[in-house]
Amino acid sequence: MSEHLPILIVVVPLSAALVVPLLGRRSSTAAHAVTLATLAATLVAASVALTRVLRTADGVWQYELGGWAPPWGIEYVLDPLSGGMSVLVASLALAAAIYAGPYLRTSGPDRIGLFDSLYLLLVAGLLGIVATGDLFNLYVFLEISSIAAYALLATGGDRAAVATFRYLLVGTVAASCYLLGIGYLYALTGTLNMTDLSARLAAADQPTATAVGVGLIVIGLAIKAAVFPFHGWLPDAYTYAPPPVTGFVAAVMTKVSAYALYRVLYFVLGAEPAAASALVFLGWAGVAAIVAGSWLALAQSDVRRMLAYSSVGQMGYIIFGFSLGSPIAIVGALFHVLNHALMKGCLFLVTGGIRWRTGLSSVAGFAGVGRRLPLSATAFAVAAVSMVGLPPTAGFFSKWYLLLGAFEAEAWLGVAALVGSSWLSAIYFFRVLERLFLGADESRPAPERRDLPFGMLAPALVLALVVLLLGLFHQPVVTHLLERALPPTVS
Amino acid sequence: MIDSLDASTVQYLQAAALLLVGLYGIIARSHLLRKLMAMNILQVAVIVFFIALSTKFGATVPVVPAAATAGPIDPAAYVNPLPHALMLTAIVVSVSTTGVALALLIRIRRRFGTLNEPALLDRLRE
Repeated sequence: MSEHLPILIVVVPLSAALVVPLLGRRSSTAAHAVTLATLAATLVAASVALTRVLRTADGVWQYELGGWAPPWGIEYVLDPLSGGMSVLVASLALAAAIYAGPYLRTSGPDRIGLFDSLYLLLVAGLLGIVATGDLFNLYVFLEISSIAAYALLATGGDRAAVATFRYLLVGTVAASCYLLGIGYLYALTGTLNMTDLSARLAAADQPTATAVGVGLIVIGLAIKAAVFPFHGWLPDAYTYAPPPVTGFVAAVMTKVSAYALYRVLYFVLGAEPAAASALVFLGWAGVAAIVAGSWLALAQSDVRRMLAYSSVGQMGYIIFGFSLGSPIAIVGALFHVLNHALMKGCLFLVTGGIRWRTGLSSVAGFAGVGRRLPLSATAFAVAAVSMVGLPPTAGFFSKWYLLLGAFEAEAWLGVAALVGSSWLSAIYFFRVLERLFLGADESRPAPERRDLPFGMLAPALVLALVVLLLGLFHQPVVTHLLERALPPTVS
Repeated sequence: MIDSLDASTVQYLQAAALLLVGLYGIIARSHLLRKLMAMNILQVAVIVFFIALSTKFGATVPVVPAAATAGPIDPAAYVNPLPHALMLTAIVVSVSTTGVALALLIRIRRRFGTLNEPALLDRLRE
């Protein structure tokens, strides 16, 4: 059984997605219990696989799907990078699913089965993107996760339907660009396997066609990762979606696309001059994203929208770190992938919970809410402090590595953007925290003090706790996981 | 000019033309259903591109009769089946995306009474 772990990570949630809607017709409680059990099993499988990968010397676990040897068959590759990403995706999936329980019971218990089915498909798609070693298989999983995400995001109401339709158009253009780019690379090499393609592309010696293919792939994945200036779909889609969906999608979906970008540019096309040019372009896009995202976040009066624009800026951090290409900058970017997933997941879960409990989501409306929901507000505060980048939270250390990388590369504009955006994020987060804890609540009679139900509170608190612990114990994570996730050309 | 255009170049030009038509439609059309149709044209462009990749002139379907397997097989005599297989998957993806998109459009139309983008934006601002 254990030798099949790389495929089980994907197949377990995928098959549960088929069972859950049928079960949901009988009993929504049973359907949600099965969903939680499935996600817990997926998390265990991903963790076991990761520890096994980390124990081996070369740190690569190749799995031949259906016994077909690559490059003819599809290959799944778990290394410290994809193994770590799959644990991250699986744990946030479980956290958001636990949170979804109480939310769904109040908003529409008869639809829990359908919601959970789509949610499991989304998780399976994201895990597939992470685990696969085949470019076309990656496209299929990209679309599985996207289609499930469209359906889930649209459950947030009528405005969500309009926002999601736009996302669907943009997302499909992105996927088509990516597919066309693969077509170019396939035409040059006759293979879709990442390792095999990497070796054959150098021999093909067709710089123009390679550049077109790489350009199309990079544009496609950059749109999916909401890299500035391709971020237009993101703010509306995140703002109007139901809280458990935003909590999960905002936390991991753009990061998984950023992972795909990193994997393709460094591991598959590491030796290509076209990839180097693409990284230069992405570096500038990243710096622009950091500035624009933080600036736009400052201008928002709705907390959800503010968080969405802050995500645009944070994706800029990650992409900028990847583009610098030095070990320390890439470690910073990878660490920020991990941190931002935890922090943004926590922030969106709490914001959604506050809106669910009080109906408020504007910065002004948050006045005094910290006294009504003290524990949720504390989780929000920890994640917000980490977003700003104050020690000892995890956010400080990833920004520190990024800053060191930028200094090392003498990218002064990047240094200025990193420092400036930290100031801006301090302003927009402390503005919310000030309202949350010190603002006076004028409503009469004074609303009772009642925190979120345990199922919604616990995931947010755990994420906040992990943010703190990750900050205190960042050294082992960096040396045992992140430094082993560097591409061979860099380390 | 015409002499230098062989059939496969025509196929690539066709794919490029469809791609541009699709992109133009998504950007320039104001009716959401027309945008969706343009999106489908864009997806077809990619499919045409892949099929053009697999084409070989004078080649036949990649089915080798049992009697012919004795000797060496000439790859030039058979069309590459892999892009076709890939595009079957791409078509499934395209159909699913269109399905979700149509469901969204039905909901938007029911709630806002229009699929025309300027009118829809006016309703959203209310």
